[in-house]
Amino acid sequence: MDEINLMEISNLDKSFGGLSAVQDFNFQIAENELVGLIGPNGAGKTTVFNLITGVYKPDKGSIMFKGENLVGLLPYTICARGVARTFQNIRLFNDLTVLDNVKIATHKDVPYGLMGAILRSPGFFRGEEEIEKEALKYLEIFNLKDKKDELAKNLPYGEQRRIEIVRALATKPLLLILDEPAAGMNPQETQDLMELIRYIRHEFNLTILLIEHDMSLVMGVCERLYVLDYGQVIAEGPPAEIRSNKRVIEAYLGEDVG
Amino acid sequence: MQKVKNKWRKFASEILILAAIFTLVQYLVTAGLLNQYFQINLASMCINVILAVSLSLINGFTGQLSLGHAGFMAVGAYVAAIMTNMLDLPFIIGILAACLAAGLAGFIIGVPTLRLKGDYLAIATLALGEIIRVTLQNIDYVNGPAGIMGISKLSTWPWLFGGVVLTVVVIVNLVNSSYGRAIISVREDEVAAELMGINTTKYKVLAFAIGAMFAGLAGALYAHYFYIIKPETFNFLKSFDILVMVVLGGLGSTTGAIIAAVSITALTAALQPFPAIRMILYALILIIVMIYRPQGLMGNKELSMKTFGRIWGGRN
Ligand SMILES: Nc1ncnc2c1ncn2[C@@H]1O[C@H](COP(=O)(O)OP(=O)(O)OP(=O)(O)O)[C@@H](O)[C@H]1O
Ligand SMILES: [Mg+2]
Repeated sequence: MDEINLMEISNLDKSFGGLSAVQDFNFQIAENELVGLIGPNGAGKTTVFNLITGVYKPDKGSIMFKGENLVGLLPYTICARGVARTFQNIRLFNDLTVLDNVKIATHKDVPYGLMGAILRSPGFFRGEEEIEKEALKYLEIFNLKDKKDELAKNLPYGEQRRIEIVRALATKPLLLILDEPAAGMNPQETQDLMELIRYIRHEFNLTILLIEHDMSLVMGVCERLYVLDYGQVIAEGPPAEIRSNKRVIEAYLGEDVG
Repeated sequence: MQKVKNKWRKFASEILILAAIFTLVQYLVTAGLLNQYFQINLASMCINVILAVSLSLINGFTGQLSLGHAGFMAVGAYVAAIMTNMLDLPFIIGILAACLAAGLAGFIIGVPTLRLKGDYLAIATLALGEIIRVTLQNIDYVNGPAGIMGISKLSTWPWLFGGVVLTVVVIVNLVNSSYGRAIISVREDEVAAELMGINTTKYKVLAFAIGAMFAGLAGALYAHYFYIIKPETFNFLKSFDILVMVVLGGLGSTTGAIIAAVSITALTAALQPFPAIRMILYALILIIVMIYRPQGLMGNKELSMKTFGRIWGGRN
């Protein structure tokens, strides 16, 4: 691989009690790459995401992001370094409007101070306008602008999933990680979503790591895949290779093959 | 342009309404048209509004169940009384010192306790509030359980009114800003907030300290209205009273907290001659509201001129 890796994970281990959820996990992703992480139920995919974003601390291993080890950093500082994610089980700010959900994600770069807010300085009004414009820009891309004043919890499932991506995008990440973004969507919605993911990747010059349970979904969109089973990487490579990999087929045999 | 114009028009009308209320009451007081009984209740209302609005920042907007608000009020009351009564400093210095001391106490207590969640936080804040009270009982400088007596009555209507306006303006402006959204995101989903770049610990402590600071202001105003402060006044029942106002008003609604604080104070005053009935009615209201409107009177909505406009507009 010629390009420099944006993120490089080495020998990552995580166990819960006696259960080894992730074992000796090694992973690289180059700048602007779109990589998929697949594997059967309970393989440890979400755990990998939780380790990268600082929700859990690994027992062992390093996560180098732009030359800095993320292990031990708090989640909000990892976000500030340029890693943003969505959640497998949607975690929007339910009682807030769609617009506020997105605005919150821009807070880490808030353009005015606390005193400015309390005293309602001119900078506050200018800053609020900026924030609103920015949030609407992202909502527009995802065709959600006319939903801006709805409460997040009142939107249909597919739209909530999209708002999660918008919210993550609004933190201005370098690396966007999506945990089963198409879960619960119908084939048409899934197709549209994959299109959209391809689009934002070019538009915002993003690197994307994407978990999918269903193999067929990621085949079309990802350039490279990692397959996880029982916490271990059992295969890695371009989709075409993975599709015919014997171990992968076996791992998925117990399930409805994607 | 239109937006800017509206902003100023709204601002001007708010100032006008506040000035009208202030002048009206000031006139009634100076003209001797408001008897002692009404004046006392008016002062109680102001103090309770400050307490409820400041606790609603912690409980309602940040979602951290705190049961120690009376403790911060005590810090403010004692610090202010020491400044004016014992050290002969001007009232404004007493007030500033009260806010600073209570805010600092909030910060110091907030850093370790705000790691706790839900019930644990409630118990910890309850205990710390009681610790403040018991500590005061054992300090001879402030006369232990007997408390400080003969505090000058400096909390006149302008101070009380100013205190309420300051509290409401600061907290409303804070809540309706990016910082406020960060604070609210902690209530909504702490994990998601943290992962979206919000330093949740920082904002919990910030809200806690600001809330405590205004409880200190309420304490200072209280001490200088009612002549006497005793540690017993600031026990956990007082914290509970404030919490009831916030919950009745609706968690996450400043106007709700204000309405609840005013009505409960008025109700308490009206039922003063019948203490037994008062407690029963109080409990009954709580039970009824919790059954039929568990989100409180206002839920997390705010009452504004626009709301009135909509109601009246709809009738036309
Ligand atoms: N906080 C936790 N405590 C205990 N066990 C956990 C925890 N989180 C995950 N696990 C366990 O670790 C294993 C891997 O879980 P993980 O959620 O990472 O799987 P996954 O690949 O994302 O699966 P799915 O496709 O179902 O989302 C599972 O056996 C799960 O039960
Ligand atoms: Mg998962």
